Amino acid sequence: MLTLENVSVNYGAIEALNGISLHIEQGEVVTLIGANGAGKTTTLRTITGLLEPKSGAVKFEGKLTNGIAAHKLVALGMAMSPEGRGVFANLSVRENLEMGAYLRNDKKGIADDMERGFAMFPRLKEREQQKAGTLSGGEQQMLAMVRALMSRPRLLLLDEPSLGLAPLVVHTIFEAIEEIRSNGTTILLVEQNANAALHHSDRAYVLETGRIVMEGNSKELAANPKVKEAYLGE
Amino acid sequence: MNWVKSIGISIILIALIYVINSAMSSAGFFGFGIDDYYSRLLVFIAINIILATSLNLINGFTGQFSIGHAGFMAVGAYSSAYFTVNYGKAIESSLAFGGETIASGIVLLIAILIGLIFSAIAGLLVGIPSLRLKGDYLAIVTLGFAEIIRIVILNIDSVGGATGYQVGGYANFFWVGILAVITIVIIHNIVKSDAGRALVSIREDELAAEAMGVNTTRYKVISFVIGSGFAGVAGVLFAHYNRFLSTNDFQFIKSFEIIIMIVIGGMGSMTGAILGAIIVTLLPEMLRYLPDIQIGATTFKFADLRLVIFALILILTMILRPQGILGTKEITDFFKRKGGLR
Repeated sequence: MLTLENVSVNYGAIEALNGISLHIEQGEVVTLIGANGAGKTTTLRTITGLLEPKSGAVKFEGKLTNGIAAHKLVALGMAMSPEGRGVFANLSVRENLEMGAYLRNDKKGIADDMERGFAMFPRLKEREQQKAGTLSGGEQQMLAMVRALMSRPRLLLLDEPSLGLAPLVVHTIFEAIEEIRSNGTTILLVEQNANAALHHSDRAYVLETGRIVMEGNSKELAANPKVKEAYLGE
Repeated sequence: MNWVKSIGISIILIALIYVINSAMSSAGFFGFGIDDYYSRLLVFIAINIILATSLNLINGFTGQFSIGHAGFMAVGAYSSAYFTVNYGKAIESSLAFGGETIASGIVLLIAILIGLIFSAIAGLLVGIPSLRLKGDYLAIVTLGFAEIIRIVILNIDSVGGATGYQVGGYANFFWVGILAVITIVIIHNIVKSDAGRALVSIREDELAAEAMGVNTTRYKVISFVIGSGFAGVAGVLFAHYNRFLSTNDFQFIKSFEIIIMIVIGGMGSMTGAILGAIIVTLLPEMLRYLPDIQIGATTFKFADLRLVIFALILILTMILRPQGILGTKEITDFFKRKGGLR
């Protein structure tokens, strides 16, 4: 569904990604783990068109998407829940979700998807008319995820969904990820919380200073002594 | 229902503007007259409402910090004045069959169109390169462009250069008032539309807006062009009411005055911008009537200190209500029930 071939990205003179290649198949949950500054967010931003690769190819469903503006990729079936959630603080929860369906015109379908989102996170339904800025961090994360789903993406990109959340909320978020996946949406999950990410994904890539240093089945990686030592703290 | 309501409100407003305008004439409205001083104030309130609501579209709703609004006002003022000075009389005499009022009205309408188009084009030319920048950088660039526009005009001799430019007095309160209403209606409708929601989402989080599929660059430029266009309209009305243009009227201090209006009223609130325009126009004038206070042998003439007091009031407002008087709320929100707040 999505492939990156030898992608390099620079910020000015600084090399952020150094020829990374990865692929995501239909229906998979793939996770990208790594330390701060490894290039996880850069990878995600390159996929979503916010950054342009210096070299290499990004292909979404067989189509080369290098240099296509981010807002056009949404129409192609990709949606991102940005790092730090990025909810529209002065808009209500409902208005945030309506923004998520910005490119859609089918009122009925939008209303149905909104109800589905509310069913996934009943807390959001309770806060429907509340301004998003007044929600707790966990609720904002739920909102950002449902908002991303409102465009009916085939590929959902989640940037650090568990960042700064209480363990109980992290559990809710990962349960939701399972649910989204069971509805047939392919997911790329970028996480610092390697433990949870490896438990809730099929395959994983380990990123270190702009290079992919390990890849494979999530269960196997979770059992790998190197990964255990560096990322799982065991 | 909504249509009926807005048409009704518009008719009432236009009638009111007409009555006030007649009261400003020497004959008065059935003996009720408004003297020149208050007439002038009312006209400037209306012009400032156009400036504040249009800047509010850029700064308040789209979240782009432009501080060069006076530059676009100048483009509208000078381009339309050049037209009326050179062609106004000829067009008026060719339309003489319809009576003087109609002929001069048509000349003014053409002038408004010219001012709108020229300032919108200026907005597009300035907007496309500078809206790539954010925050302070955008502010500095817009300020710079506004000064460039002013200096260029200052050096065009056919519009008077440094000696100033005599313009025909085509505008009166009727026209200024109506255009203020039109501006409010148009900008209100933009803000309430889907495009308006896109603008607000850019203000709230540009990256997330892009991730929702909003073409943020395009919408930022559109908002900037529309805002500049209306600043031009305000410039046209100012030129043809004031009857004299000097580039000193469009210095950056004027841009700041417009910013003060929206900051005081509340950025991102339509009614806030209108309220801010009224306060910033009226308050310095009202302070002229402060009484002298005699303490012992010394008399304190507070009226002489009116600008100092004005500044103090602004500072106090910002300390007590940093979000502006209305914040992002509208006046009408305060009359709604709690559950109905958006």
